[in-house]
Amino acid sequence: MAKLKDLALREERLIGGHRLCPGCGHSIVIRQILRTVENPVVIANATGCLEVCTTVFPYSAWKTPWIHSAFENAAATVSGIEAMYRALKRRGKIKPEKEIKFMAIGGDGGTYDIGLQSLSGAMERGHNMVYVCNDNEAYMNTGGQRSSATPYGAYTTTTPVGKIKKGKQQFRKDLTQIMVSHNIPYVAQTSPARWKDLTDKAKKAFDVEGPAFLNVLSVCPTDWKIPTSMGLRITQLAHDTCFWPLYEVENGRYKINYKPKKKLPIEEWLKPQGRFKHLFQPENRDIIAMLQEDVDRKWEELNRLATYESSTA
Amino acid sequence: MGKRVVMTGNETVAEAVRQINPDVIAAYPITPSTAVVEYISQYIADGLIDTEFVTAESEHSALSACIGAAVGGGRVVNATSGQGLALMWEMLYIASAMRLPIILAVINRALSGPINIHGDHSDTMGARDCGWIQLYSEDCQEVYDNILQAVRISEHIDVRIPVIVALDGFITSHAIETLETEGDEDVRRFIGDYIPLNSILDIKNIVTYGAIDFQDYYFEHKRHQLEGLHKSAEVIKSVGKEFGKTFGREYGFFEGYRLDDAEYAIVVMNSAGGTVKTVIDDLRDKGRKVGLLKLRIFRPFPAIGIAEALKTKKVVAVLDRTSSAGAQGGPLFNEIRSALYNEPTRPKAVNYIYGLGGKDLTAEHIRGVYEALERIDKSRKIDRLVDYLNLRE
Repeated sequence: MAKLKDLALREERLIGGHRLCPGCGHSIVIRQILRTVENPVVIANATGCLEVCTTVFPYSAWKTPWIHSAFENAAATVSGIEAMYRALKRRGKIKPEKEIKFMAIGGDGGTYDIGLQSLSGAMERGHNMVYVCNDNEAYMNTGGQRSSATPYGAYTTTTPVGKIKKGKQQFRKDLTQIMVSHNIPYVAQTSPARWKDLTDKAKKAFDVEGPAFLNVLSVCPTDWKIPTSMGLRITQLAHDTCFWPLYEVENGRYKINYKPKKKLPIEEWLKPQGRFKHLFQPENRDIIAMLQEDVDRKWEELNRLATYESSTA
Repeated sequence: MGKRVVMTGNETVAEAVRQINPDVIAAYPITPSTAVVEYISQYIADGLIDTEFVTAESEHSALSACIGAAVGGGRVVNATSGQGLALMWEMLYIASAMRLPIILAVINRALSGPINIHGDHSDTMGARDCGWIQLYSEDCQEVYDNILQAVRISEHIDVRIPVIVALDGFITSHAIETLETEGDEDVRRFIGDYIPLNSILDIKNIVTYGAIDFQDYYFEHKRHQLEGLHKSAEVIKSVGKEFGKTFGREYGFFEGYRLDDAEYAIVVMNSAGGTVKTVIDDLRDKGRKVGLLKLRIFRPFPAIGIAEALKTKKVVAVLDRTSSAGAQGGPLFNEIRSALYNEPTRPKAVNYIYGLGGKDLTAEHIRGVYEALERIDKSRKIDRLVDYLNLRE
C-alpha cells in the first residue's frame, strides 16, 4: 500500500476554491480517495453539499470527469456510464490507455435514504464501481435535518429538543451491514481520521472487479456544532468509543482494522458535539445509557464475526 | 426495398431497436410496454445485437442510467408506459436540459388512479413540457418509421434533444399489423454513426456535467434549451423528407386526410386516426365535406402549419385522449385553439375527451362528432365547449 509522501505527490483532482465549509470532512475524504488510484476516475455525485459547493457555474473544482444529475440516483447514473464504457470498449470505439474507474458519491441522505433503492440495484447488478457514502449523519445541505443515519438522541432541525422529545427517537440504520448483505466483493467502514485506513480501503475498493462500497464517517463542523479545527480529532473518538468501528468485509470475510487500546465510554464521542449537548442534562442520562448499550452490543457482534487486522501497521 | 412483415406494436419497437443496435439500453418492464424489453433481451441472448442492457430496478433509475450512458457518448434507448413515465418525470427534465439524444418509446397508458393498464395519453401529455420532442404514431408502420427518424432528429447537432415516440397501449402495442421494414444495412446507412459530443469518457477533455446554476445563468441556459427545441422543427421536417426519399414514406408535422377542401375537421393523435379515416370515407361518399388532421409532432408544437391548415374551416373538433384537470379542455385542444387565435379568420372549435383508461372509440362516436360539427355550423352556437365521448354520466 502507498506511502503518505507518494500519495501527497499525486495529482489533485478536487482542487481548492470550492465553497465547502472550513473543516468539512467531504473534501478531505474525496481528495484522499482519489489519490489512491492512478487510473482516470469518472464520478457521479448525488445532490448534496459536495455537489453544490464544488460546481457553481461557471466554475468546477473537479479535474476529473464528473456529473451530477439528481439526488437519489448517483448509483444508477454510474451504472449507465459504466455500461456505456463497456459497450464502447467492446465495439472498439474507445481505446483508453488505462482502464477508467467509476465512482459514485452520495451523502447519507442520498445513500441511506432517498438513494437506497438506486444503490441496491446498482450493487446487485454488479457494475464495476466504487460507491462512497460521505456520512455526516444528517441532511446538512438543507441545514441539518435528520436522516436514517442520524444517531439516537441527536439534535437536528426535524428532531429538535423540546419539553417532550429530546432529539431523534430512533437508532441509526446500519447501512454497512445492508451492503454486506448484497454479497459484493468489498464493503468497508472508514473515516478521514485515519488516513491510512481510508486510503488502503479506497485502493482495495478500486482494485476489485465489481462493486465496492465505502461508508465514510465525514465530519460536519457546522451541524455537529464543533470547532472547525477539531473535526478529525472528534472523528477519532468515534473509533475509540467503537461508535464507528473501522472494519472491512472482503468477499464475505470480516476484518476489524482498528481496536482501541482502551475502549472509551460513549460520552467521550458525544461530549464535544453541540448536537448531543442536551443528553448531558440529568433527566436525559438514560439516553446516553441506551447509546452505550447499543454500541456495546454491536461491537460485540462485530467481534464475533471478524478477525483483527490492523490497518495502521 | 423493404419487406412486408406482421408484428405487434411492441415487436415493432423492438425490431427498430434491433436494427439501431444501440450501445446501451436501460429499462424497467411495465405493462403494456413489457414485451419491448423481453424481445430485446432475447435478441441479446441470441447474439443478434451486442447492446449493453442495464436492467434497472425502477424507471427512475432506468432513465438515470440512460442519462449516464448518454453522457458517455453513445446511442441510448429506453421504453416505458404510464406510471413508469411518471416515475421518470424528474429525470426527463434533466435529460433534456443536458441536451442528450435519448430515444424513449412510450407505450401510452392511463395514469393511476384509479390504477388502469390501458391506453390513454395522460402519461405523455403529463410530460409535454419537459423539453423532449414528442412524436405520435397511428400504427405499427408509423411506430417503426418514427423510431428510425427519432435517432436522426435527436442526434442532429442543432437539436441534441431526447425524443419520445408514443404509441397507444394495447390498441397498437398488442395488435398485430402488417408493415414494411427496411433492410438492416439500409437502416444503418440512414441513421449513420453516432458522433459523440462532450463525452464524460473522454479523459483528455475533462467535462463537468450538471453544475449548479443560480439566478445568473439558469434562465439563459433554459433559453438555449428552448432554442434547440425550436430548431428541431426544421430538422424534423428535413429528416421526414429524407426518410420519404430513402424509403418511400414521407413525414411532416401532421397528416391531413381529405383535409384540403374540407369544411369540417377532426383533430386526433395516435391510433384513433384510423377510426376517423374510416368514418370520413363514409361521410365523403355521402358528399359531406369533412377531413382529418392527425398530429404527429406534439412537441415542438407546429402551430403555424396547423393554423394554416385549419383557419378556413367552419368548425373543428379536437379529440383529446386525456383530461387536463381544471383546464378549458384537453391539452391538444388548448394548443390548437391557441394556434388559431390570431388568424383573421378562424373556425369554431370544440373539444371531446375520449378513451380514458382504454375506453373504446368507435365509428359511431366519430359520426356523432361530425353531426355535432354540422349542428354548430348551422346554429353558430356551441352548447358544450368540452364534451365526452362514450361516457356513462
